[in-house]
Amino acid sequence: MKHIKTLSTRDLKESMKKGGCGECQTSCQSACKTSCTVGNQTCEKAK
Amino acid sequence: MIHQYKNNGYNIVLDVNSGSVHVVDDCVYDVVPVLEPILKAGLTGETAIEATCMACEKLPYSSTDIREVAEELLELHNAGQLYTPDIYEDYIIDFKKRQTVVKALCLHIAHDCNLACKYCFAEEGEYHGRRALMSYEVGKKALDFLVANSGNRVNLEVDFFGGEPTLNFDVVKKLVEYGRSIEEKNNKKFRFTLTTNGVLLNDEILEFANKEMANVVLSIDGRKEVNDRMRPFRGGQGSYDMIVPKFKKVAESRDQMNYYVRGTFTHNNLDFSEDVKHLADLGFKQISVEPVVAQPTDDYALREEDIPQILEEYDNLAKDLIRRSKEGEPVNFFHFMIDLTGGPCVAKRLSGCGSGTEYLAVTPWGDLYPCHQFVGNEDFLMGNVDEGITRADIQDEFKCCNVYAKEKCKKCFAKFYCSGGCAANSYNFHGNINDAYDLGCELQRKRVECAIMMKAALDELDKGE
Repeated sequence: MKHIKTLSTRDLKESMKKGGCGECQTSCQSACKTSCTVGNQTCEKAK
Repeated sequence: MIHQYKNNGYNIVLDVNSGSVHVVDDCVYDVVPVLEPILKAGLTGETAIEATCMACEKLPYSSTDIREVAEELLELHNAGQLYTPDIYEDYIIDFKKRQTVVKALCLHIAHDCNLACKYCFAEEGEYHGRRALMSYEVGKKALDFLVANSGNRVNLEVDFFGGEPTLNFDVVKKLVEYGRSIEEKNNKKFRFTLTTNGVLLNDEILEFANKEMANVVLSIDGRKEVNDRMRPFRGGQGSYDMIVPKFKKVAESRDQMNYYVRGTFTHNNLDFSEDVKHLADLGFKQISVEPVVAQPTDDYALREEDIPQILEEYDNLAKDLIRRSKEGEPVNFFHFMIDLTGGPCVAKRLSGCGSGTEYLAVTPWGDLYPCHQFVGNEDFLMGNVDEGITRADIQDEFKCCNVYAKEKCKKCFAKFYCSGGCAANSYNFHGNINDAYDLGCELQRKRVECAIMMKAALDELDKGE
C-alpha cells in the first residue's frame, strides 16, 4: 500500500478459535505486582 | 473501535478489536474518522469511496490522494483489519463461567523485612498483621493444594514473595526440593520465581536461584538518592550501595535474561525516566519501574496534576530506548513490552488477571487471599491450605471480573493490553473490584501508545528504512 504500512499482528478474532487453553503465565507473576499487564506476555503455544 | 494518535513523528491507527496496527501518512490519518460513519451507514465499494471523497473535499489533500486512501482503507476493512466490531462480549462471559483451576500461588514466605521502604503496601512486610515466617509444613500444604486444584494445567507458578523471602531462605530451598519431587508423578512443572530486595543475597542464594528460579525480581528504584530516600534500612541508612554490586552479579550470572530490576516511582521522582536510564547505564537489560499505588493522603502519592509530566517522561523514555536499540544496546522496559505477533489470545486479554481464581496468595500461616495486595484485609480471606477455599462467594465475585463487567473499560482502547487493570487498585480507590483506578488507567494508555510507537520505529530499523 502507498499510504499505509501495517505491522504484523496476531489476529485477535482468529485467536478465539484455539485460545483460552490457560497454560500462559499469570499476569502478576512477572514483575509488576501492582498493575495488570497482559499485552506483553507471550502465548505459551507461540513459544 | 479505532484509536488513532500521533507520537514521535508516527501516525498510528490501532484497530482495537482485531489488534491490527497501521502506520499511516497524514492523509490517511485524517480520512480514517470520515470513512467510519459512511460504512456504518451501510455504504460499500465505489459508493463509499465517492461519499468519502465528497466528505473530504475541504481537507488539504488532492482528490487523487483521497481516493487512493479511501481505496486502501476499504481494502483493510474488507480484510478484517479496520473498523472491526467488538464480537467478544458473549465469548468472554462464557469463558469466565468455565470451571477454573488454580495455576499460580504467591507464597508469603516471610511477613518481615530487613528494609523499611516508605511506600510498602505490605507495611514493612507485616501486611497490617504480625511478623511471621512461613513454616515448611505450611508451604508444603500450599504446594499440595496447588497441585490438587490445578486440573490438567501442566505449568504451575510459585512466587516466593514477602516481606523479604531471603529471611526464610531455608524454607524456600526445601519447598523447591519438595516441589521438584512431586512434579513427575503429577505431570506438573513448577516455575519458581523470587522477589528480593537483595540485602541478604549471597553466592549460595544466587547459585540456588540460578539453578531453580525461572525469574528473579530485584527491587531497586534507580538513582542512589531516589532509591535511598524510599528504600532505607530500619535505621535510616540507604540500601543502594549494598545492593547494586549484588544485582549486577545476578544479571550477569543469568546472562542478562530472566530477571528484572524493578523499581517504583513516586511523586518524589516524577522524572523517573532518569531512573530507568540510570539502571540501563549500570548495565541492566531487563528493567521495570512502575508507578506507586498509594493513598491520596501519602505525601509520595501520585496526583492528578502529576499526570502531564509522567506522560512526557514515558515519551522521553520511549525515545531513549529506541536510541539504545539503534546503537545496538537494546534495553527491555517491562511496561513497554508488547508482543504484537505472538501475544496472548483474546480470552486471556479480556478475562482479567486471574486473581481470586487462578492466582491466590498464601500467608505465612496458610490463609488464602485473592492476591498479595488483598492480604491482611479479612473481608477477602478465602480459606486456608488445610480446608481449601471456604468462601466460594469471594471466588465467584472474582470469577465474574472481566473488562465487560467494567463500564470504564468497555470504551477504552487499552483493554486488550491491561485486561481491565488491577482488581486491588480498583478496590482501594472505589471500594469494589469492578471499577478502575483512573490515574493508573491514564498511565497505562500512554504506555500502550508508546509501546506500539516503538514497534513502528523498530520495524523501520529492522527493515533498514
